[in-house]
Amino acid sequence: MEGRRVRAAVLVAFLAGVLAATACGRRPATTEAGAGQERGETTAQEAPKPATPDVILATTTSTQDSGLLDVLVPMFEQKTGYRVKTIAVGTGQALAMAERGEADVVLVHAPDAEKAVVEKGAVVDRRLVMHNDFVLVGPPDDPARVRGTGTAVEAFKRIAAAGALFVSRGDDSGTHKKEQSLWKAAGITPQGTWYQESGSGMGQTLNIASEKGGYTLTDRATYLALRKNLRLAIVLEGDAPLLNVYHVMRVNPQKFSKVNAEGGKAFVEFLVAPETQALIGKFGVDKFGQPLFFPDAGKREDELGAKS
Amino acid sequence: MDLVWQGLVRAFEMLLAGDPELGRITWLTLRVSGTATLVSVVLGVPTGVLLALGRFPGRRLLISLVNTGMGLPPVVVGLWVSLLLWRYGPLGFLNLMYTPAAMVIAQSVIATPVVAAFTVAGVGQLNPRLALQITAMGASRWQLYWLLVREARLSILAAVIAGFGSVVSEVGASMMVGGNVLGQTRVLTTATVMEVSKGNFDVALALSVILLALTYGVTAVLTLVQQRRRPA
Repeated sequence: MEGRRVRAAVLVAFLAGVLAATACGRRPATTEAGAGQERGETTAQEAPKPATPDVILATTTSTQDSGLLDVLVPMFEQKTGYRVKTIAVGTGQALAMAERGEADVVLVHAPDAEKAVVEKGAVVDRRLVMHNDFVLVGPPDDPARVRGTGTAVEAFKRIAAAGALFVSRGDDSGTHKKEQSLWKAAGITPQGTWYQESGSGMGQTLNIASEKGGYTLTDRATYLALRKNLRLAIVLEGDAPLLNVYHVMRVNPQKFSKVNAEGGKAFVEFLVAPETQALIGKFGVDKFGQPLFFPDAGKREDELGAKS
Repeated sequence: MDLVWQGLVRAFEMLLAGDPELGRITWLTLRVSGTATLVSVVLGVPTGVLLALGRFPGRRLLISLVNTGMGLPPVVVGLWVSLLLWRYGPLGFLNLMYTPAAMVIAQSVIATPVVAAFTVAGVGQLNPRLALQITAMGASRWQLYWLLVREARLSILAAVIAGFGSVVSEVGASMMVGGNVLGQTRVLTTATVMEVSKGNFDVALALSVILLALTYGVTAVLTLVQQRRRPA
Protein backbone atom coordinates (compact mmCIF):
# COMPACT_ATOMS: atom_id res chain seq x y z
CA MET A 1 0.00 0.00 0.00
CA GLU A 2 2.82 2.39 0.93
CA GLY A 3 4.55 1.98 -2.41
CA ARG A 4 1.38 2.55 -4.32
CA ARG A 5 0.74 5.81 -2.52
CA VAL A 6 4.23 7.06 -3.36
CA ARG A 7 3.73 6.16 -6.99
CA ALA A 8 0.42 7.94 -7.12
CA ALA A 9 2.02 10.97 -5.53
CA VAL A 10 4.80 10.99 -8.12
CA LEU A 11 2.27 10.92 -10.94
CA VAL A 12 0.08 13.60 -9.42
CA ALA A 13 3.07 15.81 -8.70
CA PHE A 14 4.34 15.44 -12.25
CA LEU A 15 1.02 16.29 -13.83
CA ALA A 16 0.40 19.14 -11.40
CA GLY A 17 3.84 20.52 -12.16
CA VAL A 18 3.19 20.56 -15.88
CA LEU A 19 -0.22 22.10 -15.31
CA ALA A 20 1.10 24.79 -13.01
CA ALA A 21 3.89 25.61 -15.40
CA THR A 22 1.54 25.97 -18.30
CA ALA A 23 -1.08 27.85 -16.38
CA CYS A 24 1.22 30.54 -15.13
CA GLY A 25 3.35 30.65 -18.25
CA ARG A 26 0.51 31.06 -20.69
CA ARG A 27 -1.12 34.07 -19.16
CA PRO A 28 1.00 36.70 -20.88
CA ALA A 29 0.22 35.31 -24.29
CA THR A 30 -3.52 35.12 -23.89
CA THR A 31 -4.28 38.40 -22.20
CA GLU A 32 -3.60 41.63 -24.02
CA ALA A 33 -2.49 43.58 -20.98
CA GLY A 34 0.36 41.27 -20.05
CA ALA A 35 1.46 40.61 -23.58
CA GLY A 36 4.82 42.30 -23.23
CA GLN A 37 5.73 40.55 -20.00
CA GLU A 38 7.49 37.58 -21.48
CA ARG A 39 9.97 39.74 -23.32
CA GLY A 40 11.57 40.77 -20.05
CA GLU A 41 11.28 43.83 -17.90
CA THR A 42 14.08 45.82 -19.51
CA THR A 43 12.23 46.59 -22.73
CA ALA A 44 9.00 47.21 -20.88
CA GLN A 45 10.50 50.13 -19.03
CA GLU A 46 11.78 52.14 -21.97
CA ALA A 47 9.33 51.26 -24.71
CA PRO A 48 5.92 52.90 -24.92
CA LYS A 49 2.84 50.75 -24.27
CA PRO A 50 0.52 50.68 -27.26
CA ALA A 51 -3.17 49.99 -26.63
CA THR A 52 -3.13 46.99 -28.98
CA PRO A 53 0.38 45.57 -28.83
CA ASP A 54 0.16 42.62 -31.22
CA VAL A 55 0.92 43.31 -34.86
CA ILE A 56 0.54 40.48 -37.35
CA LEU A 57 3.05 40.78 -40.16
CA ALA A 58 2.35 38.48 -43.10
CA THR A 59 5.41 38.18 -45.25
CA THR A 60 7.37 36.06 -47.65
CA THR A 61 9.74 33.34 -46.59
CA SER A 62 12.67 35.19 -48.18
CA THR A 63 12.63 38.00 -45.61
CA GLN A 64 12.70 35.45 -42.81
CA ASP A 65 15.09 32.94 -44.34
CA SER A 66 17.63 35.64 -45.23
CA GLY A 67 17.67 36.75 -41.59
CA LEU A 68 16.65 40.34 -42.34
CA LEU A 69 13.60 40.23 -40.10
CA ASP A 70 15.66 38.88 -37.21
CA VAL A 71 17.43 42.24 -37.29
CA LEU A 72 14.54 44.58 -38.06
CA VAL A 73 11.72 43.15 -35.94
CA PRO A 74 13.47 43.33 -32.54
CA MET A 75 14.48 46.93 -33.34
CA PHE A 76 10.91 47.86 -34.15
CA GLU A 77 9.64 46.18 -31.00
CA GLN A 78 12.22 47.90 -28.86
CA LYS A 79 11.43 51.29 -30.34
CA THR A 80 7.65 51.18 -30.33
CA GLY A 81 6.61 48.59 -27.75
CA TYR A 82 4.62 46.65 -30.31
CA ARG A 83 4.96 42.90 -30.44
CA VAL A 84 5.26 41.55 -33.97
CA LYS A 85 3.91 38.16 -34.94
CA THR A 86 5.84 37.36 -38.08
CA ILE A 87 3.99 34.84 -40.20
CA ALA A 88 6.33 33.85 -43.01
CA VAL A 89 4.19 32.15 -45.62
CA GLY A 90 5.01 33.34 -49.11
CA THR A 91 3.49 36.19 -51.07
CA GLY A 92 0.35 34.38 -52.27
CA GLN A 93 -0.77 33.39 -48.80
CA ALA A 94 0.34 36.68 -47.27
CA LEU A 95 -1.84 38.62 -49.70
CA ALA A 96 -4.70 36.19 -49.14
CA MET A 97 -4.42 36.85 -45.40
CA ALA A 98 -4.56 40.59 -46.12
CA GLU A 99 -7.65 40.16 -48.28
CA ARG A 100 -9.42 38.42 -45.41
CA GLY A 101 -8.30 40.95 -42.82
CA GLU A 102 -6.27 38.29 -40.99
CA ALA A 103 -3.04 40.32 -40.96
CA ASP A 104 -2.24 43.92 -40.04
CA VAL A 105 0.63 44.60 -42.37
CA VAL A 106 2.17 42.75 -45.32
CA LEU A 107 5.67 42.82 -46.76
CA VAL A 108 5.75 41.03 -50.11
CA HIS A 109 7.30 41.03 -53.56
CA ALA A 110 4.78 40.53 -56.36
CA PRO A 111 3.85 43.99 -57.71
CA ASP A 112 1.09 42.86 -60.06
CA ALA A 113 -0.64 40.73 -57.45
CA GLU A 114 -0.21 43.54 -54.91
CA LYS A 115 -1.89 46.06 -57.22
CA ALA A 116 -4.88 43.75 -57.55
CA VAL A 117 -5.25 43.64 -53.77
CA VAL A 118 -4.87 47.42 -53.55
CA GLU A 119 -7.62 47.85 -56.13
CA LYS A 120 -9.93 45.65 -54.09
CA GLY A 121 -9.44 48.08 -51.21
CA ALA A 122 -8.09 45.40 -48.86
CA VAL A 123 -4.75 47.15 -48.36
CA VAL A 124 -3.72 50.79 -48.32
CA ASP A 125 -0.56 52.84 -48.03
CA ARG A 126 1.53 50.63 -50.34
CA ARG A 127 5.14 51.76 -50.19
CA LEU A 128 8.29 50.71 -51.92
CA VAL A 129 10.78 49.35 -49.35
CA MET A 130 13.69 47.73 -51.14
CA HIS A 131 14.69 45.53 -54.01
CA ASN A 132 17.16 42.87 -54.82
CA ASP A 133 17.15 40.64 -57.83
CA PHE A 134 16.25 37.19 -58.94
CA VAL A 135 18.98 35.01 -60.31
CA LEU A 136 18.76 31.84 -62.32
CA VAL A 137 20.83 29.12 -60.68
CA GLY A 138 21.67 25.68 -61.95
CA PRO A 139 24.23 22.89 -61.89
CA PRO A 140 27.75 24.35 -62.18
CA ASP A 141 28.37 22.47 -65.46
CA ASP A 142 25.26 24.13 -66.94
CA PRO A 143 23.89 21.25 -69.07
CA ALA A 144 21.36 23.45 -70.89
CA ARG A 145 24.10 25.97 -71.71
CA VAL A 146 22.24 28.93 -70.28
CA ARG A 147 25.35 30.97 -69.44
CA GLY A 148 25.84 33.80 -71.83
CA THR A 149 22.27 33.93 -73.08
CA GLY A 150 21.90 37.36 -71.55
CA THR A 151 18.15 37.42 -71.13
CA ALA A 152 15.96 35.42 -68.84
CA VAL A 153 13.47 34.66 -71.60
CA GLU A 154 16.19 33.19 -73.80
CA ALA A 155 17.53 31.18 -70.87
CA PHE A 156 14.11 29.73 -70.11
CA LYS A 157 13.70 28.77 -73.78
CA ARG A 158 17.00 26.89 -73.71
CA ILE A 159 16.12 25.01 -70.55
CA ALA A 160 12.82 23.93 -72.06
CA ALA A 161 14.43 22.99 -75.38
CA ALA A 162 17.11 20.93 -73.63
CA GLY A 163 14.53 19.33 -71.35
CA ALA A 164 16.85 20.13 -68.44
CA LEU A 165 15.35 19.72 -64.99
CA PHE A 166 13.72 22.88 -63.67
CA VAL A 167 12.47 22.98 -60.09
CA SER A 168 9.63 25.44 -59.58
CA ARG A 169 8.38 26.71 -56.22
CA GLY A 170 4.84 25.97 -57.38
CA ASP A 171 3.47 27.68 -54.27
CA ASP A 172 2.01 30.91 -55.62
CA SER A 173 4.79 32.88 -53.92
CA GLY A 174 6.30 36.05 -55.33
CA THR A 175 9.16 34.06 -56.84
CA HIS A 176 6.76 31.57 -58.37
CA LYS A 177 4.68 34.37 -59.86
CA LYS A 178 7.83 35.90 -61.37
CA GLU A 179 8.87 32.55 -62.80
CA GLN A 180 5.46 32.05 -64.38
CA SER A 181 5.56 35.48 -66.00
CA LEU A 182 8.95 34.58 -67.49
CA TRP A 183 7.63 31.31 -68.95
CA LYS A 184 4.74 33.27 -70.39
CA ALA A 185 7.10 35.81 -71.92
CA ALA A 186 9.08 32.92 -73.42
CA GLY A 187 5.89 31.53 -74.93
CA ILE A 188 6.29 28.21 -73.15
CA THR A 189 3.79 26.29 -71.07
CA PRO A 190 6.14 24.37 -68.79
CA GLN A 191 5.09 20.77 -68.40
CA GLY A 192 6.60 17.33 -68.59
CA THR A 193 9.03 15.40 -66.48
CA TRP A 194 11.71 18.10 -66.73
CA TYR A 195 9.46 20.59 -64.93
CA GLN A 196 8.88 19.80 -61.29
CA GLU A 197 7.02 21.75 -58.63
CA SER A 198 8.45 21.55 -55.12
CA GLY A 199 5.45 23.19 -53.45
CA SER A 200 7.70 24.61 -50.74
CA GLY A 201 9.67 27.66 -49.72
CA MET A 202 12.75 29.05 -51.41
CA GLY A 203 15.26 27.37 -49.13
CA GLN A 204 13.73 23.95 -49.54
CA THR A 205 13.38 24.43 -53.30
CA LEU A 206 17.06 25.33 -53.59
CA ASN A 207 17.94 22.20 -51.64
CA ILE A 208 15.85 20.09 -54.00
CA ALA A 209 17.33 21.71 -57.12
CA SER A 210 20.80 21.16 -55.72
CA GLU A 211 20.20 17.50 -54.91
CA LYS A 212 18.57 16.74 -58.25
CA GLY A 213 20.90 18.85 -60.34
CA GLY A 214 18.22 21.16 -61.65
CA TYR A 215 17.77 24.82 -62.47
CA THR A 216 15.62 27.13 -60.40
CA LEU A 217 14.74 30.78 -60.12
CA THR A 218 15.65 32.25 -56.75
CA ASP A 219 16.00 35.58 -55.03
CA ARG A 220 19.64 36.47 -54.55
CA ALA A 221 19.37 36.88 -50.79
CA THR A 222 18.16 33.36 -50.08
CA TYR A 223 20.67 31.90 -52.53
CA LEU A 224 23.59 33.73 -50.90
CA ALA A 225 22.41 32.74 -47.44
CA LEU A 226 22.26 29.06 -48.39
CA ARG A 227 25.11 28.90 -50.87
CA LYS A 228 27.43 26.99 -48.56
CA ASN A 229 25.21 23.89 -48.72
CA LEU A 230 24.35 24.05 -52.42
CA ARG A 231 25.86 22.65 -55.58
CA LEU A 232 24.33 25.43 -57.61
CA ALA A 233 25.91 28.30 -59.49
CA ILE A 234 24.43 31.50 -60.84
CA VAL A 235 23.98 30.98 -64.58
CA LEU A 236 22.09 34.17 -65.34
CA GLU A 237 21.78 37.53 -63.59
CA GLY A 238 21.35 41.20 -64.30
CA ASP A 239 18.49 41.05 -66.78
CA ALA A 240 15.97 43.85 -66.14
CA PRO A 241 12.87 41.64 -65.71
CA LEU A 242 14.69 39.85 -62.89
CA LEU A 243 14.27 42.78 -60.54
CA ASN A 244 12.66 41.70 -57.25
CA VAL A 245 10.79 44.57 -55.65
CA TYR A 246 9.44 44.54 -52.10
CA HIS A 247 6.51 46.65 -50.99
CA VAL A 248 5.01 47.06 -47.56
CA MET A 249 1.33 47.83 -47.19
CA ARG A 250 -1.09 47.87 -44.34
CA VAL A 251 -4.41 46.12 -44.24
CA ASN A 252 -7.27 48.59 -44.61
CA PRO A 253 -8.75 49.25 -41.15
CA GLN A 254 -11.75 50.93 -42.80
CA LYS A 255 -12.63 47.63 -44.36
CA PHE A 256 -11.62 45.35 -41.48
CA SER A 257 -12.52 46.66 -38.05
CA LYS A 258 -10.35 44.12 -36.21
CA VAL A 259 -7.13 45.25 -37.85
CA ASN A 260 -4.50 46.82 -35.62
CA ALA A 261 -4.47 50.11 -37.55
CA GLU A 262 -1.97 51.91 -35.35
CA GLY A 263 0.43 49.00 -35.24
CA GLY A 264 0.29 48.49 -39.01
CA LYS A 265 0.94 52.15 -39.59
CA ALA A 266 3.84 52.17 -37.16
CA PHE A 267 5.45 49.22 -38.94
CA VAL A 268 5.10 50.83 -42.38
CA GLU A 269 6.62 54.05 -41.08
CA PHE A 270 9.42 52.12 -39.44
CA LEU A 271 10.36 50.26 -42.64
CA VAL A 272 10.64 53.42 -44.75
CA ALA A 273 12.37 55.50 -42.04
CA PRO A 274 15.90 56.62 -43.01
CA GLU A 275 17.65 54.69 -40.19
CA THR A 276 15.88 51.47 -41.08
CA GLN A 277 16.63 51.98 -44.75
CA ALA A 278 20.31 52.50 -43.96
CA LEU A 279 20.28 49.28 -41.98
CA ILE A 280 18.65 47.37 -44.85
CA GLY A 281 21.37 48.63 -47.19
CA LYS A 282 24.07 47.28 -44.91
CA PHE A 283 22.45 43.96 -44.08
CA GLY A 284 24.49 41.01 -45.25
CA VAL A 285 27.64 42.93 -46.17
CA ASP A 286 29.62 41.57 -43.24
CA LYS A 287 28.63 37.99 -44.00
CA PHE A 288 28.48 37.83 -47.79
CA GLY A 289 30.64 40.76 -48.85
CA GLN A 290 27.66 42.30 -50.61
CA PRO A 291 24.30 43.66 -49.52
CA LEU A 292 21.31 41.35 -49.84
CA PHE A 293 18.80 44.17 -50.33
CA PHE A 294 18.93 47.70 -51.73
CA PRO A 295 16.85 50.30 -49.88
CA ASP A 296 14.38 52.13 -52.09
CA ALA A 297 11.98 54.05 -49.86
CA GLY A 298 10.69 57.19 -51.52
CA LYS A 299 11.68 56.06 -55.00
CA ARG A 300 9.25 55.23 -57.76
CA GLU A 301 9.17 51.70 -59.00
CA ASP A 302 9.98 52.70 -62.61
CA GLU A 303 13.13 54.44 -61.38
CA LEU A 304 14.54 51.05 -60.47
CA GLY A 305 15.32 50.29 -64.07
CA ALA A 306 12.47 47.98 -64.90
CA LYS A 307 8.83 47.52 -64.21
CA SER A 308 7.78 44.11 -63.10
CA MET B 1 27.62 11.91 -42.17
CA ASP B 2 29.85 14.69 -40.93
CA LEU B 3 26.69 16.80 -40.84
CA VAL B 4 25.27 14.49 -38.18
CA TRP B 5 28.43 14.85 -36.16
CA GLN B 6 28.35 18.64 -36.56
CA GLY B 7 24.75 18.58 -35.42
CA LEU B 8 25.55 16.60 -32.30
CA VAL B 9 28.47 18.87 -31.49
CA ARG B 10 26.25 21.88 -32.10
CA ALA B 11 23.55 20.46 -29.83
CA PHE B 12 26.02 20.15 -26.97
CA GLU B 13 27.44 23.61 -27.66
CA MET B 14 23.97 25.14 -27.61
CA LEU B 15 23.06 23.28 -24.43
CA LEU B 16 26.31 24.19 -22.68
CA ALA B 17 26.14 27.81 -23.78
CA GLY B 18 22.68 28.00 -22.20
CA ASP B 19 21.25 29.78 -25.25
CA PRO B 20 18.19 31.59 -23.78
CA GLU B 21 16.25 31.30 -27.04
CA LEU B 22 16.78 27.55 -27.08
CA GLY B 23 15.63 27.35 -23.48
CA ARG B 24 12.50 29.29 -24.31
CA ILE B 25 11.71 27.13 -27.31
CA THR B 26 12.24 23.91 -25.37
CA TRP B 27 10.21 25.14 -22.42
CA LEU B 28 7.36 26.22 -24.70
CA THR B 29 7.40 22.83 -26.40
CA LEU B 30 7.02 21.12 -23.04
CA ARG B 31 4.35 23.55 -21.87
CA VAL B 32 2.22 23.37 -25.00
CA SER B 33 2.45 19.61 -25.52
CA GLY B 34 2.18 18.92 -21.78
CA THR B 35 -0.99 20.98 -21.45
CA ALA B 36 -2.46 19.46 -24.59
CA THR B 37 -1.75 15.99 -23.18
CA LEU B 38 -3.43 16.91 -19.90
CA VAL B 39 -6.48 18.25 -21.70
CA SER B 40 -6.67 15.13 -23.83
CA VAL B 41 -6.42 12.92 -20.73
CA VAL B 42 -9.20 14.85 -19.01
CA LEU B 43 -11.41 14.52 -22.10
CA GLY B 44 -10.18 11.25 -23.53
CA VAL B 45 -10.04 8.90 -20.52
CA PRO B 46 -13.68 9.38 -19.42
CA THR B 47 -14.80 9.19 -23.03
CA GLY B 48 -12.86 5.99 -23.49
CA VAL B 49 -14.24 4.46 -20.28
CA LEU B 50 -17.82 5.33 -21.22
CA LEU B 51 -17.34 3.94 -24.72
CA ALA B 52 -15.79 0.75 -23.36
CA LEU B 53 -18.30 0.08 -20.60
CA GLY B 54 -21.43 1.97 -21.54
CA ARG B 55 -24.35 0.37 -23.27
CA PHE B 56 -26.10 2.74 -25.61
CA PRO B 57 -27.08 2.86 -29.28
CA GLY B 58 -24.40 4.13 -31.66
CA ARG B 59 -21.61 3.02 -29.35
CA ARG B 60 -19.79 1.00 -32.00
CA LEU B 61 -20.10 3.85 -34.47
CA LEU B 62 -18.57 6.20 -31.90
CA ILE B 63 -15.72 3.77 -31.18
CA SER B 64 -14.96 3.48 -34.88
CA LEU B 65 -14.96 7.28 -35.12
CA VAL B 66 -12.55 7.55 -32.18
CA ASN B 67 -10.33 4.91 -33.75
CA THR B 68 -10.33 6.88 -36.99
CA GLY B 69 -9.44 9.95 -34.98
CA MET B 70 -6.17 8.28 -34.00
CA GLY B 71 -5.04 8.90 -37.55
CA LEU B 72 -6.29 12.48 -37.71
CA PRO B 73 -3.76 14.32 -39.88
CA PRO B 74 -2.29 17.25 -37.94
CA VAL B 75 -2.43 19.56 -40.96
CA VAL B 76 -6.16 18.91 -41.29
CA VAL B 77 -6.62 19.79 -37.64
CA GLY B 78 -4.42 22.84 -38.12
CA LEU B 79 -6.51 24.06 -41.01
CA TRP B 80 -9.84 23.57 -39.23
CA VAL B 81 -8.66 25.15 -36.02
CA SER B 82 -7.28 28.07 -38.05
CA LEU B 83 -10.61 28.59 -39.75
CA LEU B 84 -12.30 28.67 -36.34
CA LEU B 85 -9.78 30.94 -34.66
CA TRP B 86 -9.15 33.50 -37.37
CA ARG B 87 -10.15 37.06 -36.49
CA TYR B 88 -13.12 36.79 -38.77
CA GLY B 89 -13.81 33.17 -37.89
CA PRO B 90 -16.53 32.05 -35.46
CA LEU B 91 -14.16 32.13 -32.46
CA GLY B 92 -12.15 35.13 -33.63
CA PHE B 93 -13.31 37.28 -30.72
CA LEU B 94 -11.13 35.18 -28.41
CA ASN B 95 -7.96 36.53 -30.09
CA LEU B 96 -6.25 33.17 -29.89
CA MET B 97 -4.71 32.84 -33.34
CA TYR B 98 -0.90 32.68 -33.27
CA THR B 99 -0.76 32.12 -29.50
CA PRO B 100 0.39 29.07 -27.51
CA ALA B 101 -3.27 28.60 -26.49
CA ALA B 102 -4.20 28.02 -30.13
CA MET B 103 -1.48 25.39 -30.35
CA VAL B 104 -2.80 23.70 -27.21
CA ILE B 105 -6.28 23.57 -28.75
CA ALA B 106 -5.04 22.05 -32.00
CA GLN B 107 -2.81 19.54 -30.23
CA SER B 108 -5.61 18.55 -27.84
CA VAL B 109 -7.83 17.81 -30.84
CA ILE B 110 -5.07 15.57 -32.17
CA ALA B 111 -4.32 13.77 -28.88
CA THR B 112 -7.81 13.26 -27.44
CA PRO B 113 -8.87 10.53 -29.89
CA VAL B 114 -5.54 8.78 -29.32
CA VAL B 115 -6.03 8.75 -25.56
CA ALA B 116 -9.70 7.77 -25.88
CA ALA B 117 -9.01 4.92 -28.29
CA PHE B 118 -6.19 3.50 -26.15
CA THR B 119 -8.47 3.74 -23.11
CA VAL B 120 -11.27 1.90 -24.93
CA ALA B 121 -8.85 -0.86 -25.83
CA GLY B 122 -7.32 -1.02 -22.34
CA VAL B 123 -10.56 -1.05 -20.39
CA GLY B 124 -12.20 -3.37 -22.91
CA GLN B 125 -9.44 -5.88 -22.34
CA LEU B 126 -10.22 -6.33 -18.65
CA ASN B 127 -11.80 -9.56 -17.60
CA PRO B 128 -15.57 -8.97 -17.82
CA ARG B 129 -16.05 -11.00 -14.67
CA LEU B 130 -14.17 -8.34 -12.76
CA ALA B 131 -16.98 -5.87 -13.36
CA LEU B 132 -19.53 -8.45 -12.24
CA GLN B 133 -17.61 -9.10 -9.08
CA ILE B 134 -17.18 -5.44 -8.23
CA THR B 135 -20.87 -4.82 -8.82
CA ALA B 136 -21.75 -7.84 -6.71
CA MET B 137 -19.79 -6.29 -3.85
CA GLY B 138 -22.17 -3.40 -3.88
CA ALA B 139 -20.19 -0.75 -5.77
CA SER B 140 -22.04 2.13 -7.33
CA ARG B 141 -21.67 2.77 -11.07
CA TRP B 142 -19.04 5.47 -10.55
CA GLN B 143 -17.11 3.33 -8.04
CA LEU B 144 -17.16 0.55 -10.61
CA TYR B 145 -15.74 2.82 -13.30
CA TRP B 146 -13.06 4.14 -10.95
CA LEU B 147 -11.95 0.65 -9.93
CA LEU B 148 -11.85 -0.51 -13.53
CA VAL B 149 -9.79 2.55 -14.55
CA ARG B 150 -7.36 1.64 -11.78
CA GLU B 151 -7.18 -1.89 -13.09
CA ALA B 152 -6.50 -0.58 -16.59
CA ARG B 153 -3.88 1.91 -15.46
CA LEU B 154 -1.08 0.30 -17.47
CA SER B 155 -3.04 0.82 -20.66
CA ILE B 156 -4.14 4.29 -19.63
CA LEU B 157 -0.56 5.38 -19.03
CA ALA B 158 0.25 3.95 -22.43
CA ALA B 159 -2.56 6.16 -23.73
CA VAL B 160 -0.96 9.20 -22.08
CA ILE B 161 2.44 8.34 -23.53
CA ALA B 162 0.98 7.87 -27.00
CA GLY B 163 -0.96 11.12 -26.73
CA PHE B 164 2.09 13.08 -25.65
CA GLY B 165 4.19 11.43 -28.35
CA SER B 166 1.75 12.36 -31.06
CA VAL B 167 1.61 16.04 -30.13
CA VAL B 168 5.20 16.74 -29.19
CA SER B 169 6.35 15.47 -32.59
CA GLU B 170 3.69 17.27 -34.56
CA VAL B 171 4.58 20.20 -36.80
CA GLY B 172 1.83 20.95 -39.31
CA ALA B 173 -0.87 22.15 -36.94
CA SER B 174 1.58 24.02 -34.71
CA MET B 175 2.94 25.87 -37.73
CA MET B 176 -0.52 26.80 -39.00
CA VAL B 177 -2.17 27.98 -35.79
CA GLY B 178 1.00 29.12 -34.02
CA GLY B 179 2.79 30.71 -36.95
CA ASN B 180 6.29 29.87 -35.64
CA VAL B 181 6.58 33.36 -34.14
CA LEU B 182 9.97 33.97 -32.56
CA GLY B 183 9.76 34.16 -28.77
CA GLN B 184 6.04 33.46 -28.75
CA THR B 185 4.99 30.30 -30.57
CA ARG B 186 8.20 28.80 -31.88
CA VAL B 187 8.57 25.22 -30.68
CA LEU B 188 11.23 22.63 -31.41
CA THR B 189 9.46 21.09 -34.41
CA THR B 190 8.60 24.36 -36.17
CA ALA B 191 12.04 25.76 -35.42
CA THR B 192 13.59 22.65 -36.97
CA VAL B 193 11.58 23.06 -40.17
CA MET B 194 12.57 26.70 -40.38
CA GLU B 195 16.27 26.03 -39.82
CA VAL B 196 16.18 23.40 -42.58
CA SER B 197 14.71 25.90 -45.01
CA LYS B 198 17.39 28.36 -43.96
CA GLY B 199 19.99 25.75 -44.78
CA ASN B 200 21.25 25.61 -41.17
CA PHE B 201 21.31 21.84 -41.02
CA ASP B 202 23.60 21.76 -37.99
CA VAL B 203 21.19 23.86 -35.92
CA ALA B 204 18.25 21.81 -37.20
CA LEU B 205 20.00 18.61 -36.18
CA ALA B 206 20.81 20.08 -32.79
CA LEU B 207 17.15 20.98 -32.29
CA SER B 208 16.08 17.49 -33.32
CA VAL B 209 18.47 15.96 -30.80
CA ILE B 210 17.04 18.19 -28.09
CA LEU B 211 13.48 17.27 -29.11
CA LEU B 212 14.35 13.59 -28.90
CA ALA B 213 15.92 14.09 -25.48
CA LEU B 214 12.86 15.98 -24.25
CA THR B 215 10.48 13.33 -25.57
CA TYR B 216 12.60 10.62 -24.03
CA GLY B 217 12.73 12.42 -20.69
CA VAL B 218 8.97 12.83 -20.40
CA THR B 219 8.26 9.34 -21.68
CA ALA B 220 10.80 7.89 -19.26
CA VAL B 221 9.08 9.54 -16.29
CA LEU B 222 5.70 8.23 -17.44
CA THR B 223 7.13 4.78 -18.09
CA LEU B 224 8.68 4.73 -14.65
CA VAL B 225 5.31 5.51 -13.12
CA GLN B 226 3.68 2.90 -15.32
CA GLN B 227 6.12 0.11 -14.58
CA ARG B 228 6.41 0.78 -10.86
CA ARG B 229 2.68 0.32 -10.61
CA ARG B 230 2.94 -3.02 -12.25
CA PRO B 231 1.38 -5.74 -10.10
CA ALA B 232 3.90 -8.33 -9.04
